[in-house]
Amino acid sequence: MAAAAPAAVTLAGVDGDGEAAYVGRRLGSTFWISAGWVALVVLAAVLAGVLPLQDPTAIGNNAPRLGPSAGHLLGTDELGRDLLSRVLYGARTSLTVGFAAIAFGLAVGGAIGLVAGYYRGRLDALFNGLATVLLAFPALIFLLTVVTFLGQNLVDVVLTLGVLSVAPIARIVRANTMVYANREFVLAARALGARGHRILLREILPNVLPGALAFSLVAIAVVIVAEGALSFLGLSVRPPTPTWGGMIAEGGQVLAQDGLVALWPSLAMFLTVLALNFAGDRLQQYFEVREGGL
Amino acid sequence: MSGGALLEVDALRTHFLTGRGAVRAVDGVSLAVERGRTLGVVGESGSGKTVLARSIMGLLPTTNVRREGRVTFDGRELTGMSPAELREIWGAELSMVFQDPMTSLNPVVRIGRQITETMRFHLGIRESEARARAVELLRSVGIPDPERRLREHPHQLSGGMRQRVTIAIALACGPRMLLADEPTTALDVTVQAQILNLLGRQQRELHMAMVLVTHDLGVVAGRTDDIAVMYAGRIVELAPTAVLFSDMRMRYTQALFRSIPRVTDPGHRRLVAIGGRPPDLAARAPGCSFAPRCRYARDRCWAETPPLADAGPGHQFACWYPVEAGEAEADAASAPLSATADGRRI
Amino acid sequence: MAGSGTAHLRNGDALLRAEHLVVEFPAGRRGRVHAVSDVSLDVFPGETLGLVGESGCGKSTTGRAIMQLPAPTAGSVWFEGRDLTGLSGDALRRTRTRLQMIFQDPISSLNPRRRVRDILTEPLAIWGLGTPAERRRRVAEVMEAVGLDADTAGDRRPHEFSGGQCQRISIARALMLEPRLVICDEPVSALDVSVQAQILNLLKDMKARYGLTLVFIAHDLAVVRNVSDRVAVMYLGKLCEVAPADDLYRAPAHPYTMTLLASVPVPDPGVRPDLSADDVDVELPSPLAPPSGCRFHTRCPRAEAICAEREPEMREVAGGHFAACHFPLEPHTHPA
Repeated sequence: MAAAAPAAVTLAGVDGDGEAAYVGRRLGSTFWISAGWVALVVLAAVLAGVLPLQDPTAIGNNAPRLGPSAGHLLGTDELGRDLLSRVLYGARTSLTVGFAAIAFGLAVGGAIGLVAGYYRGRLDALFNGLATVLLAFPALIFLLTVVTFLGQNLVDVVLTLGVLSVAPIARIVRANTMVYANREFVLAARALGARGHRILLREILPNVLPGALAFSLVAIAVVIVAEGALSFLGLSVRPPTPTWGGMIAEGGQVLAQDGLVALWPSLAMFLTVLALNFAGDRLQQYFEVREGGL
Repeated sequence: MSGGALLEVDALRTHFLTGRGAVRAVDGVSLAVERGRTLGVVGESGSGKTVLARSIMGLLPTTNVRREGRVTFDGRELTGMSPAELREIWGAELSMVFQDPMTSLNPVVRIGRQITETMRFHLGIRESEARARAVELLRSVGIPDPERRLREHPHQLSGGMRQRVTIAIALACGPRMLLADEPTTALDVTVQAQILNLLGRQQRELHMAMVLVTHDLGVVAGRTDDIAVMYAGRIVELAPTAVLFSDMRMRYTQALFRSIPRVTDPGHRRLVAIGGRPPDLAARAPGCSFAPRCRYARDRCWAETPPLADAGPGHQFACWYPVEAGEAEADAASAPLSATADGRRI
Repeated sequence: MAGSGTAHLRNGDALLRAEHLVVEFPAGRRGRVHAVSDVSLDVFPGETLGLVGESGCGKSTTGRAIMQLPAPTAGSVWFEGRDLTGLSGDALRRTRTRLQMIFQDPISSLNPRRRVRDILTEPLAIWGLGTPAERRRRVAEVMEAVGLDADTAGDRRPHEFSGGQCQRISIARALMLEPRLVICDEPVSALDVSVQAQILNLLKDMKARYGLTLVFIAHDLAVVRNVSDRVAVMYLGKLCEVAPADDLYRAPAHPYTMTLLASVPVPDPGVRPDLSADDVDVELPSPLAPPSGCRFHTRCPRAEAICAEREPEMREVAGGHFAACHFPLEPHTHPA
């Protein structure tokens, strides 16, 4: 910390070199538990095919509405399908939609945000106007319209939710890019004769990316909830493919007789969304603290 | 009231507890300030000077801090007081001015309210009377057109004007002591001179004691009665101002004094830099904390911490191999030659 | 202060010659910030020009306008015989290798996510210079020159270094391409006094070792005197005074320079400041609406009617000593 810099009673103000700001730079147990849960769900969804599970769509293999037992850890549903198997295969849909939509949003929105935030000018004004309109547009109506017209398959759902995530992600990346574009190391790179794309890729992207990825975790959680809502309304991937939202909808109809059918997918979604939010929040703070120390 | 000093600080320690261990920001400081006198506290970043000022006030974070020792103000022990008791004293008898006037003023509250609030709290006067006094105060700190300024927000004022306002707030209740923490570091040099003169004038008129914390030896030279030089959380030399400049003993004081370029020096003079970097307060090694950067350090300096030793009336220093009389001139002449080794230690 | 005119520009082979630089930014709906208004400067090879002034005087903006980051609103910047303001993208990019810059904030000027070795290799990588082995050698050589240990420091990231060391890294980066002119924008003002001296000495060493020409921008008058051959004083976007460093400090001709020098706190307890001076805050004029005539007239103790009406031109008040003032102080007749 320089003599001329404001010296607050922060740890950075105490230490001459800002090293103290690095103290306690740990992600903490909440993050690791959250990350562990997400990893577990991802792993289970990926391995669902090779795990000793029943076919999630096969009707009539078992008695309907069995309680949890050794054979069916989570019991069976109205049609006798194994609930564990359906929750895990449902995770496939939810996670695929979540990750793929945000990957799309990150690629497109991130690129737009970087370019708009670095070059500014008319391009930026155009983007800003578009983003404002897009954000003001009621997302649910957009979703319903598109899915109704395009059809209800995985790719369409992913693309629709992905398009919706472009504007918010681009905004965040643009804001962070603007912060870094004003830093003197960017000016130094320009003074060295580096071209725009080199500055974007080498100087700015590595700084903006961690924050964007952390935000993406939270965004994935939002998309998973959105996909849940769509399937609840019967507008996501068509049955019999299991989805968490679809299962909750089915379970809702037999809630009085058997609450477990709705409980398991709800719990899975709740915990996953919670874990993604925790992990994303913590990561964002983590990167901010790092920045603060610099 | 007894004839003792207005402010007495006794073996004050402030350690911040962090994941890396305790950061010993203030590590055993004792000093006293008499009524109406000015003490300059000089040090670089990481010397603990700002934390010292805040520890005296009691303005420290509430968690992960360990404060030991005693601060006595006007016969009352501040270190044992509750926040409510401290608030009675803050602003009324003991005030503080901070480095950055923008962050110490509330950006959404008009200047007038910020001044009258303190007065109404401590003096129990009515708003109309407080306003009249605020106008007088602003005029006395050299703000033109004070009635208009009272209705403005902090961002509408220049940096120097804002610092004048924070000084007006600090002086509103006629405190007996002012702690000024780098009050001019954020300001331009012409404005700095104005603000320092203002502080000096107000101090004389109110017969107020002052602790002036700064990194700039020039700022304290003509404006203080005594100077404490801090390094690594401790006072390494304490002396009446004139004595410190004419007869400095501690090697760090000498090195600091020599490293500053002067506006009166002819150009291209090679500066006598202090090698290395300010110390890490979380990893205190035995011995003198300046030893790693001191060109006079010998074995003893690395092994034993020098105590504050008396060198004359009001003059103390902590050094095993201090500057001897007559050495200064001889050394200054040879300085350009010995200076080539500077700054190569990483 | 208003110093317009080019009387202070010298004949001969200047390495850098900036003429009539104007930099303005839009502010608010209709406002314009007059950051730099008609400033001309020249720097000869091997010289150090100090550019001094208070915050907002336009000294940093002038430095960046010379670098074309961004290009000035008007005026020309002659460097090595070419006007940089007229150069197109690639031609301008090629001059970048000859013209470098060091910034104030040692931490902000280094990319926190890159290792020191990568930061220093980047200039060579941008221009595709050298083989990997040659690049390594060059990086090690420059690191050694600025006092960094190439073996231990190269793999670390900027946050592991102190401010002074970060400034060494910045200096090393600016030297990688062997520039002729380096613009130092407040290179030591963020550093502790003890470290400041190290960096000032280093800059002098590097200047001698690599034959550099420097433009040294700072607000600290003592620092500027210590490094500069010639000093230019700026106020509110204008030049006030240009002179050889020792002349300017010994006998300032412009009242603003005098005010500045009188404000510098002197580390001498014998000098007791006059507390009765400047009783009332003078509102500093804004670069949005700079005062008419001489821009300093609102604060000038010597101002007369003409100062508000006519802008003074730069003129020679003593040999090689130029000031833009209607009533300059007589050299050597006032206490310096």
